[in-house]
Amino acid sequence: MIPPQFDYHAPGTLDEALGLLGSLDDPKVMSGGQSLLPMLKLRLASPANIVDIGRIPGLDTLAEEDGFLRIGALVTETDLEQSEVVAERYPILLDTAKVIADPLVRNRATICGNVAHGDPANDHPATMLALGAQVVATGPDGARTIDVGEFFFGLFMTALAEDEILTEIRIPAPAARSGGAYVKLERKVGDYAVAGSAVQLALAGDGTVASAGIGLTNLGIAPIRATAAEDALTGQAPDDDAIAAAAQAAADATEPIADRRGSVEYKKNMARVLTARAIRKALARAGG
Amino acid sequence: MAPKTSAKICGMGHSMKRKEDPRFLQGKGNYIDDFTLPGMLWLDIVRSPIAYGKIKNIDSSKALEIPGVLAVLTGKDLEAYNLHWMPTLMSDTQMVLPTDTVMYQAQEVAGVIATSRYAAADGVAAVEVEYEPMKPVMDPFKALEDDAPVLRTDKEGKTDNHIWHWEAGDKEATDKIFDEADVVVREKMHVPRIHVASIETCGCLADFNPVEGHLTVYMTTQAPHAIRTVLALVAGHVGLSEEKIRVVSPDIGGGFGGKVPVYPGYVIAIAASVVLGTPVKWIEDRMENLQADSFARDYHMDAEIAANADGRIRALRIKTIADHGYSDAQAAPSKWPAGLFSICTGSYDLEQAYAEVDAVYTNKPPGGVAYRCSFRVTEAVHCMERVVDTLAHKIGKDPAQLREENFIPKEAFPYHSPLGWEYDSGDYQAAMDKAKEMIGYDDLRREQAEKRARGELMGIGVCSFTEVLGAGPSKDFDILGIKMFDSAEVRVHPTGKAIARFGTKSQGQGHETTYAQIIAEELGLPAAHVQVEEGDTDTAPYGLGTYASRSTPTAGAAGAMAARAIRDKAAKIAAHLLEVSEEDLDWEPGTFSVKGAPDKSVSIQDCAFAAYTNLPPGMEPGMEATNYYDPPNLTFPFGTYICVVDIDRGTGEVSVRRFVAVDDCGNIINPMIVQGQIHGGLTQGIGPALYEEMTYDEDGNNQAGSFMDYLVPTAVETPAWETGHTVTPSPHHPLGAKGVGESATVGAPPAIANAVVDALAHLGVTHVEIPIRPDRVWEILREKGVAE
Amino acid sequence: MATHQITVTVNGAAHAATVDSRLLLVHLIRDDLALTGTHIGCDTTHCGACTVLMDGVPVKSCTVLAVQADGAELGTVEGLAGADGMTPLQEGFQEEHGLQCGFCTPGMLMTGTALLESNPNPSEAEIREAISGNLCRCTGYVNIVKAVEYAAGKMGEGD
Repeated sequence: MIPPQFDYHAPGTLDEALGLLGSLDDPKVMSGGQSLLPMLKLRLASPANIVDIGRIPGLDTLAEEDGFLRIGALVTETDLEQSEVVAERYPILLDTAKVIADPLVRNRATICGNVAHGDPANDHPATMLALGAQVVATGPDGARTIDVGEFFFGLFMTALAEDEILTEIRIPAPAARSGGAYVKLERKVGDYAVAGSAVQLALAGDGTVASAGIGLTNLGIAPIRATAAEDALTGQAPDDDAIAAAAQAAADATEPIADRRGSVEYKKNMARVLTARAIRKALARAGG
Repeated sequence: MAPKTSAKICGMGHSMKRKEDPRFLQGKGNYIDDFTLPGMLWLDIVRSPIAYGKIKNIDSSKALEIPGVLAVLTGKDLEAYNLHWMPTLMSDTQMVLPTDTVMYQAQEVAGVIATSRYAAADGVAAVEVEYEPMKPVMDPFKALEDDAPVLRTDKEGKTDNHIWHWEAGDKEATDKIFDEADVVVREKMHVPRIHVASIETCGCLADFNPVEGHLTVYMTTQAPHAIRTVLALVAGHVGLSEEKIRVVSPDIGGGFGGKVPVYPGYVIAIAASVVLGTPVKWIEDRMENLQADSFARDYHMDAEIAANADGRIRALRIKTIADHGYSDAQAAPSKWPAGLFSICTGSYDLEQAYAEVDAVYTNKPPGGVAYRCSFRVTEAVHCMERVVDTLAHKIGKDPAQLREENFIPKEAFPYHSPLGWEYDSGDYQAAMDKAKEMIGYDDLRREQAEKRARGELMGIGVCSFTEVLGAGPSKDFDILGIKMFDSAEVRVHPTGKAIARFGTKSQGQGHETTYAQIIAEELGLPAAHVQVEEGDTDTAPYGLGTYASRSTPTAGAAGAMAARAIRDKAAKIAAHLLEVSEEDLDWEPGTFSVKGAPDKSVSIQDCAFAAYTNLPPGMEPGMEATNYYDPPNLTFPFGTYICVVDIDRGTGEVSVRRFVAVDDCGNIINPMIVQGQIHGGLTQGIGPALYEEMTYDEDGNNQAGSFMDYLVPTAVETPAWETGHTVTPSPHHPLGAKGVGESATVGAPPAIANAVVDALAHLGVTHVEIPIRPDRVWEILREKGVAE
Repeated sequence: MATHQITVTVNGAAHAATVDSRLLLVHLIRDDLALTGTHIGCDTTHCGACTVLMDGVPVKSCTVLAVQADGAELGTVEGLAGADGMTPLQEGFQEEHGLQCGFCTPGMLMTGTALLESNPNPSEAEIREAISGNLCRCTGYVNIVKAVEYAAGKMGEGD
């Protein structure tokens, strides 16, 4: 499998990269390349120009600052897996990173690339939806912040403009008594999800759910934020009935297609089962 | 069993470290894509995006404009040489390149020759082919319906899609037992289309020398000698002559049957080299490998057993539809269209059996190969072992106990099966006892009862298989008329070191080590001093190759016989050196000594030196022997596998908690290698049981054409296999060995399927199709009202 | 089509090369540098036969452009040990019969080498997880796990 011909550019600064995006014919941004290069080899994509942002300094931030966890464009899944702050405060991110592709791919694959790709089968979008993350898109006129809930439009379609680069993802620091979990059903290691459910919860002093974020993987043409499921939990004591209601609401929010991973009915039920499991795991982590 | 030879000699029974390992571990193996020759060109192949249709036009002009693209070969070009079709091993025909019709998705349509792999790939993308699609026939049952379109219109007079009918056994006598039996159980099952997916794909480097008229082909083949003969037979008319064809099979990155057939890509590369007079290399990529190379299995079976009320099995009846794709391109012995499927009566002593198979054309790639199996043994064992469990659950008897009560008793060997086999030896109860003990069978049954009471789903699966290997005896087994013997040529040099060449070809089985151990066992030379070579038709003796676990039963036996002939000569030399008569000599590995005077001795090395320097009068110099071994019978390894599975009631996922495999492959040459073969076979058993399946949509699109959807198990899915063995030697093999490479692939899927059914049997479930995907299990859980 | 001048250090030796934008790193290593111990087994970044170390990190070299490796230190199977022997991990593969056809082995060795570098005493589960991006069709993985454990044991002896 041989990629089609293209021109390769490795800008040394963000400005240079943005300049290239503005001036080149049919450019495509590459960071880790772990989604893009397979597509090129399969000749499913044939950009005239590739702009590799991998050599731009300053895009590798992974730190909590000003109430956010900042994940720069070049932070890899492995970086996430090895991060102490992630392990301690954002275990849902660790859950997610660990089930993406395989460890070798994760050495190059980036979190921002996983989100920017706009593939509903990718895992981070659901998690970012659950976490209420912000996407920082930098273009010729500077950076703008997009709520992740308004980022995904459809299959490989996002709010990112053609002359913009996804430079950072910002995740609000978790409130006290909060916890999250990502639960994925895959056919084997390295597989895209049959279904996946990301749940981030915060508990109120009385043990009821103060806030809930629920995102779903590979259950529609875009990553799904299950707002009805979030509503079903919010303000409730997270007992079996509330969990079942939220899990069912999550299933109702899905529009899967039948394929080799299962029927529509199976996938909808998996949305329910996995969401219930993710809620329970998130509750346990929240100290509920 | 303690080895007969010292650790220094390292004959049979020693876990000798492999001689081939250092080169593989240091990146110094020589696989096909590692070869380059001066002036070498690259072949890449244009493939059909549709499953069935007419080719209206092939326009190569844009491809030929690409720098580095030199030529585009089409079926019309090959037609000029009458090379556009080729015969299959099963007397069918298959296209090399089509002139007018494509018969499956990913079929070869044109070959692009270029100066680099990159230019060749660009050329492939630029060839424009205009198709007129037709509605493909994908379902073999529909293919047999009266109004189905006839696919093989190239065959004059062909009016349907039926290929052949095969049957074995006494139908009338079998039917009679079914009519009067107390109990009859029946299961319909599909052993689906799968793919060997060796990590190395197929490829070749064809190097035709137009001046000499000599062709050398380096290629990924498990049967180099047969390939040479086939090339001479099919391309004789274009000037290829067998003495000027050399086939070299280098290190092979896994074969498993997938590197037995002649694929069109090989032929196109050879044709291109002959036409252009330059070396041409073809290396297929993974998607080509999965989508176009030969499949395995794809048997739709309808099986019944008749039994007494107490579970005594009396008869077996199986009706099978075999989906062969558009051509019967099986790699199987010529007289055995359904392979060795008639081993289906398995480990049980039945009164009668009747099995029939009907083969069908569809718009799928042609095949098939055996996928680590001795020609349809996997299908036969899956069928029998599944339906035996159905009987056990129906009459309420423990599946292990039911098997024990029906085993062929060890006193009954050699045993004549109702379908015509003479089983050489067996002790099935011993393997069962050992497996039950290793896994703690009774405790597991107690645990299962407790869990079931709590609503948890746990199953224990048992499989007691019998294989049939080592094809085979010349009266029954041939490929294109060539008898399925195999060969060894052993030559001992003056300093007592040896070279041994064989007609087989290792693809990871470790022949360089185990064959050396066989020679060491018989001659008493250290195995370290025996260089083993295979795969070069210019140097190795003729043999039919390595597949169907035949290497040890055939070539291994030939090696032992050749070594014995050398030892006989050495004895004469020893008698000469010691000045006694041959009858006065004792032999222990490596040394002849005078009876009663053990200090008077000569070594085998002394004899070797004397064979070149100090011969008895009248003796022919040298110390070598060649043996072509025609086995008197096949070998019948067996074993019992038991596994434990837990089922997730929420997702339907099956996890294999433990898996115990007790194998009996007769005498063991290298225990380490045998265990490795079992581990690998088990993993290629859990694959088809839980993950692997090649499927198509109704338009003929392949749905598992890459490793994204053809699910090869990783280290995470694969359990920590537990192995054990019993030893029941083969009475007819010179070493008492039986062969082992495929037992586990055969035995594992029914053990896993039986465990899953066992977990669900109390809900009335009698069968689940493989691969046992989570969604399949969940549908059952939901139907039975136990899904979370 | 643009070409690029790059320099890579492979197994300690610097190489300059002129590469097309689209040249895959695995082809640079195999075809241009003639280090054929690194293999190719799939098209979709699943099999890991092409695993090499890039600045010490195991990556699938079929999914890296050669030009992306400009300036990098690359390690392949040929560079694991000197002419006088094999590393404990290579030795472990032979001792524990962790290879059969040998095709996946170089990739397994590179992944295993990196694992032992970062985790000198991995558990069985950690080893299985670490090699889950490297497919093997022959061994059933059990003996590969043992080979890594063998190397961990041997490398720990000096402590």
